[in-house]
Amino acid sequence: MYVAVKGGEKAIEASHRLLDAVRRGDPSVPEISTRQISEQLGLAVDRAMAEGSLYDRELAALAIKQARGDIIEAVFLLRAYRTTLPRLGNSEPVDTGRMTIRRRISATFKDIPGGQILGPTYDYTHRLLDFRLAGEGEAGGEGSVPEERTDPPSDEPMPRVADLLGREGLMEEDEDPVADEGPPTDITREPLRFPADRDARLQALARGDEGFLLALGYSTQRGFSNTHPFAGEIRYGAVAVEIVPEELGFPVEIGEIEVTEVEMVNQFKGSASAPPQFTRGYGLVFGHQERKAMSMALVDRALRAAELDEAAASPAQDEEFVLYHSDNVEASGFVQHLKLPHYVDFQSELELLRKLRAELEDAPAEAAE
Amino acid sequence: MPTLTGTDPETAARQRWMAVLAKAEDGALEAAWAGLADKPGYRFLRPPETGLVMVRGRAGGTGSAFNMGEMSATRCAVQLEGGAVGIAYVAGRSARHAELAAAFDALLQQPELRGVLEDAVIAPLETSQKSRREEERAKAARSRVEFFAMARERE
Repeated sequence: MYVAVKGGEKAIEASHRLLDAVRRGDPSVPEISTRQISEQLGLAVDRAMAEGSLYDRELAALAIKQARGDIIEAVFLLRAYRTTLPRLGNSEPVDTGRMTIRRRISATFKDIPGGQILGPTYDYTHRLLDFRLAGEGEAGGEGSVPEERTDPPSDEPMPRVADLLGREGLMEEDEDPVADEGPPTDITREPLRFPADRDARLQALARGDEGFLLALGYSTQRGFSNTHPFAGEIRYGAVAVEIVPEELGFPVEIGEIEVTEVEMVNQFKGSASAPPQFTRGYGLVFGHQERKAMSMALVDRALRAAELDEAAASPAQDEEFVLYHSDNVEASGFVQHLKLPHYVDFQSELELLRKLRAELEDAPAEAAE
Repeated sequence: MPTLTGTDPETAARQRWMAVLAKAEDGALEAAWAGLADKPGYRFLRPPETGLVMVRGRAGGTGSAFNMGEMSATRCAVQLEGGAVGIAYVAGRSARHAELAAAFDALLQQPELRGVLEDAVIAPLETSQKSRREEERAKAARSRVEFFAMARERE
């Protein structure tokens, strides 16, 4: 427990001014614009949007600028801002099968209908610092795309890799969406309940901290739960968002957002109720965030242990552990509240310790008598 | 996206122009409005209001729905002097975008204006949106890869 203390207003004001000054840095260096952040630090913006659970590139860029590049602080700012806005409605589920593809790969089949499209990826870079970006030598990163390739790009929906195996019955199928399914759980409006349904888990994972999910996903690969994953398909691109306004009664498209979708394919020996087949883990995240979407899919699959009659003995399979600790705003708040004054608390602990020590010092004397 | 089956042609036409207006750049809508020979008067039934839309996905892409996160969006409703009501829901926080989209929506519901507006506003916007998308696709397609005889490596 911490107790509110009075005083310090002037010091706090001065601290805010100092913060403004360090944020600005050397005034002789031109100030960065939010437009520059959103254009040139796009992946930072994507991460702030996903974990802030608010898709708005301009706001995310502003939050990053205000937070001096501290993404978790930016996420906090976005979460706080979203509480000031009314909910206008819910979208129809986005149709990722109709994504305008910018990147799409499969690590399970080399020949997939629609082809493998590398798109913009760091995967095949050499990870050597490019000093041209620091203004040394020739200008770098001009980004003109070579013209050789002339395959007419298809406007058709790209088939999912999972569907290829599904036809053979070797892949578990998604449960068909029920026509009159109720609205999915919204963990921003109702508290988490356990056991949690997959909709609540996916929502928590989609807004969860990338680092936490990455570590958990990694742990599943290293043997803390055996889910033997393959990257069935990773796609990144733009999807249309539609809502059905009450006053209209039919769906209208309000715009497009960029998302990354990952389908992990996992070995499964079968259970009492299911034959041996591949099972799936799913990741869907705002922006271009493959590491996060892959981690989400690994953890989603691990959390399906109970449903698939698997022993749940590892951290990544423990939904209370995962879901209660995946939110970096909550985590950061609880860890950092330790910085607030705990004077009264600490005093009482100190008193108690002194008392125990005094008793301990008296005790041997008594025993010796 | 064919979410509704048997949508009547009038609704389908309106869905199309509302989508085109929602995806238009603010500047393009402003220019289109400025280009109108006869700007109609309108009043707000609902002034532009910025809020959030909860974006949903489906588990596995085709399974049960889940809430993925929110996006900013702005809505607006206007009524023309003649009585027609226009509605807009657009991504982002631009009040002016929502206002102009709602005004155009109202105008496009006037059969006598539709042809002119289709030619002058909607078709050109749609063409530029499509060509931007095609350009994206073409750029991505240039990085299409064929993996030959991949040696399978154990990690």
